[in-house]
Order: sequence, then C-alpha cells, then structure tokens
Amino acid sequence: MTKISSHIEKINQSDRKALSIFLTAGFPTKENFVELALSVLENGADMLEIGIPFSDPLADGPTIQRSSQAALENGVNMKDVFSFCEQIKSKTDKPLILMGYANPIIKYGTKNFCEDAVGNGGAGLIVPDVPIDEYESFYTNDFKDFEKILLTTPASSDERIKEIDQKSEGFVYCVSVTGTTGARSNFDKNVLENLGRTYSLVTKNKMLIGFGISSPENIKTFAPFCDGVIVGSAVIKKINEDYKALPEFVRSLSYACNDK
Amino acid sequence: MSTQTIPPNGRASYNFPDGKGKFGIYGGKYVPETLISALDQLEKLYAQMKFDKEFQNELNALQKEYNGRPTPLTFAKRLTEYFGKAKIYLKREDLCHTGAHKLNNALGQILLAKKLGKTRIIAETGAGQHGVATATVCAKFGLKCVVYMGEVDIERQKLNVFRMRMLGAEVVPVKSGSKTLKDATNEAIRDWVTNVSDTHYIIGSVVGPHPYPMLVRDFQSVIGEEAKEQISGYEKKLPDYIVACVGGGSNAMGIFYPFINDEKVKLIGVEAGGYGLNSGKHCATLTLGEPGIFQGMKTYLLQDQYGQISEVHSISAGLDYPGVGPEHSLLKDIHRVEYFSVTDDEALDATLLLSKLEGILPALETAHAIAHLNILLPQTNKNEIVIVNISGRGDKDLNTIINKIGDKIL
Repeated sequence: MTKISSHIEKINQSDRKALSIFLTAGFPTKENFVELALSVLENGADMLEIGIPFSDPLADGPTIQRSSQAALENGVNMKDVFSFCEQIKSKTDKPLILMGYANPIIKYGTKNFCEDAVGNGGAGLIVPDVPIDEYESFYTNDFKDFEKILLTTPASSDERIKEIDQKSEGFVYCVSVTGTTGARSNFDKNVLENLGRTYSLVTKNKMLIGFGISSPENIKTFAPFCDGVIVGSAVIKKINEDYKALPEFVRSLSYACNDK
Repeated sequence: MSTQTIPPNGRASYNFPDGKGKFGIYGGKYVPETLISALDQLEKLYAQMKFDKEFQNELNALQKEYNGRPTPLTFAKRLTEYFGKAKIYLKREDLCHTGAHKLNNALGQILLAKKLGKTRIIAETGAGQHGVATATVCAKFGLKCVVYMGEVDIERQKLNVFRMRMLGAEVVPVKSGSKTLKDATNEAIRDWVTNVSDTHYIIGSVVGPHPYPMLVRDFQSVIGEEAKEQISGYEKKLPDYIVACVGGGSNAMGIFYPFINDEKVKLIGVEAGGYGLNSGKHCATLTLGEPGIFQGMKTYLLQDQYGQISEVHSISAGLDYPGVGPEHSLLKDIHRVEYFSVTDDEALDATLLLSKLEGILPALETAHAIAHLNILLPQTNKNEIVIVNISGRGDKDLNTIINKIGDKIL
C-alpha cells in the first residue's frame, strides 16, 4: 500500500469517506495561503490538493481559471508552491497532492521538480493533460518517488478504466461528468450509473470522485460509489464570496463524509 | 547555410506521424482523458476514409464544384521584374470559396463529422477565416455551428464575424487571457470536453492532439499536389523555393508536404515578427521558442521562464498564436524547412506591394510570406523559380490596414 492509499484506508475503516480539498496555490493571497490551507485541514479535510497555477488550464472551468490567473498575478511560481508545501507539511501528517499542467513541470525540469516537490512533502501528483497514452513519454523515471494519480471519465471505456486502475498510484481520480471543473446544480441518472460502473472496475486502487461536487448533499449522493470525494471549485467560490464562512463550509463537507 | 546540415539519410523514409501520433518527439495526445475516446474514434474513421474511394470522390467533387479547385498558379510578371531575379509564381488559395485555404480542411472534416454521426460543430478562429469556412460547411450540410473567437480578434476582424453570423453560426466572444486565438482554442477544447458525445471539433490548423495535425495536413496537401503538377506543366521542373507564412502552419504544411521528399526544393516558413524579435511582442515561435506541451501537443512554444504561455502579438490575427504545428517543430529540427520572421510593418508594406504590382490584395497573414521575398530574392538567380503560397485574400483586413497606414494610401 502507498502512503496515500493507506491514509484513505484508515479513514474508510473509521466509517468515513475521505475528503480531499483543492486549493489554488497562492490564492487568494501568497501571504495567507499557508494559514488558509492549515485551516482547511483543521476543519476536516483529510488531504489537500494544491493546484500549480498555469496560464492556460484547459481542464478547468471559469472559477479555477480565474483563481489560477489571480495566483499568477500574485507572482506565484514553482518555488513558492514548494515553499507552501514545506510550511504546511511541517504542521500536518495528512498527504499533500500536487495538481499541475505538464508545461510548467517540464519547464522546471522533471528531475528537479520531482526532487523539490517530494523533498518538500508532496506525496501525489495529478497532471490533467497527460492521459495514459502519454504515460511513458511523460512519467520518466524521474517521477518514481511520486504517487502518480490518474483520471477516469464517463467517456473512458471499461478497458481503459482497468488500465488506468493498473497504472494509477495513491488512488484513481474519477471525474464525475464530462466537462471542466466547476460546480454543477444536479447530476442525472446516467452520472450515477457511470459512477457505479467505474467503481466496480476500479479494483486495485481506492477511488475518489471529483468535478462538480459543491455541497454536503452531493457528497451523500456519491458516497455509495466511492472511497472519498474531491471538492475544488466550490471551495474557491466560497473563498471569493464569503472567505470567513470557509471553515464552516469545510466542516459541513467533512460531516457529510461520515457514513452515518 | 543550414541546408548543409541536413542529415544524409534523415528523410529518406519521411513518414510521420508514427503510430503514436508523434512527429519525432513532437505531437502526441496531451489532452484530458475525456477526449481520448473521441480522438481514437476520429483516428480510426480517418484511417478508413483515407483510402475509401467513395469518401475521396465525394470530397474531390466538393473541392471542385463548391470550393473552386484547382486554384490557379499565377505567374507574377511585374513582381518578378521588380526583383529582377528568380521567377515568382503565386499559388492562389485566395481564390478558394470563402477567400482562403481554410475551406480545404473544413470540407474534409465536415464529411468525417457526418460519418461520426455528430450533430454539432465547434471551431476556434483567429482571423475569422477558419470560422467562416466552418460556418460555411455547416450551412451547406445543415449542422449547428458554434465558433469561439477572442474579443480582440472580434474587434479587428469584424467583417468575418458578421459573415459567420449571416451563415447561421453562433460566434462566442472569448474574454480570457490575451483574448486571441490561443484563448479561443482553450475555450473550444473546454466546450468539446463538455459536449463530446454529440459534438465534433473542426480544428483549423495543423495543431492540437493527434490525429488533427495529420488530418489537417492531409486535407491541405491538395495545395502542394496541385502546385507540383502546375509548375511541372509550366516550367518542366520543380521550383527551387516554396515560401509560406506560418502561424499554426496549415497553409504551409499543405504546400510543403508533397515536396518534402524532393530534397532540392527549399522550403521556407515565415513567422510573424510583430514589433520585432527584440520587442518581446511577436509570434516567432520556431525562431525564438522552445519545446513544451500546450493544447494537446508537444511542440515549440513561446513561454516565460516558468513555463507560462506568453502573450504574443501580431498585426495578423491568423498568426497571433504562441504555438505551432508539431510537424513544423520536427521539420525545423531536421533542417528540412528553414524558418524566418518578418515584422508587422514589413508585412503591411508587402500588402501594398502585391496589390500595386499584381492586383492581388493578400491577407495580412499571407503578406508575411510576400515580405520575405525581400530577403530571399536577392539570393536567387534568373534561372530559379519561387512559389509563394497566397493563403488568403485581404478584404477582411481593410479595417486594420486603414487604421495603420490609411494616410499612406490616401
């Protein structure tokens, strides 16, 4: 078992789905980011997913796009991301997962990136524009110390989901709907059917569902089909609209992750 | 000269992309997982249709009866006299229906979309030429059409926006990033990720994930195939030089590709130098960029020290793009094509030059290729032949031209 999967397993054994919260590194400010991240963890997040800002985040909807743009305008670069990781990691044992698009990673140098990221406490890595077709080209030996988390989507065939499960480490990131990141108001029957299909095909790894989850009700709906959930855009939205209400929002999400 | 550095057997078997959609190290499928099944489906269908007689006959008939192909190869007598060196021929893609080479590709892709059973078409556009071409084929085949276009481009290519709307397309203004072609492409990809089940994405250039760079190149290769036959008829030999402008690079790939194995034909791509290579405001991707991953492909990119994609500039909306087709990246590395750049001002002068000497108003994109003749022609001799790809006509650019050099003309 990997670091991340054993962490999820422990949470599941205490009758709870794992809650992973996504934050854009250095958003809304560089100065308060570490404090924000720690508060999210204290209020019930089981893991953190830290987004590395990119100028052209094509898998993301408007909310995360804007947070990424704002972070870049705040002057956030890769060194800052690692510094955030190091500061957060010094205060918590919960896993940190980095999410970033391919180009800033190869520009930094994959070897340096992996050494610095893992050295500063990064346990997992998600690169949304590297599908399994490019796994060998992208994930060279440099990435050996990272748990490389791969994504499935409703458009993935059964065969692909099995292959993704085989190659993925840490967990499988199941994208709930076709589309970009961002809150959805409702999920139709097809979405749930697909989650059921995917959950039954993912046998090697734990499976977390992400994209569009914005409320405790969503978490309750998805709970039967997963080992945990990832909430991103809804958290960023809450930061934009009512920063002070964030701890309470995270607590409500965390509470919904309990099985009863 | 870099022509000396061609590896002796570097291209004896030029056969790209490979089975994984790679042009050497470039190309590939760097997209979110959601799109993979649609790309695979498209790749599979195209592999069949490429050799399907019925499909090819249907496409050829459309190219002839609807698009107006073959386009002429015009001898540019006064332009040739102006330089007093090599003979200059113009491949007249400006005479295609809708005014540019873009329809060659849109026709091919709409036939594929119909075979895929897709009912909705999306496209990105910079200058609006690809948007117009896509709106045109959607009108002809009765499919819903949505075109993403940056706000900056909507302003500078108003005429084409109006044309697309007349053709029944919805034009969606893109407000993110630099509000130009790159951002329109991001938005189109996001739409496709969301609506992949009923939507086909007609990419307008030799960019994006595999199989697009190959597919668009193949549909555009009709330009080079015709030019080869035409020049062989007129001159009983192949040209010494072929010059084309490069943004994403589809008109260039279209005219270059059939000549790639003809080693003696020198191929020249001309990028947009914007305000100059030292200004930081240009689109000279192959001249000053470095390899990276962007919009589904590994290719040369203009990017900053952190790998963020640069905000670029060209007077020509069609060249205003920080990436380039992955096959161009390979052709640069193996020295089969040489890439240069010309500035906004040089392109504007070339627009006037071709208008006054040949009675042809070129698109500002095309004018970059014309402008490079100032560098190339003095190095040639009277026995040599140059073909310039006139990728499109300039009516759409009158607003920009009037704003920039209206005084000069009046």
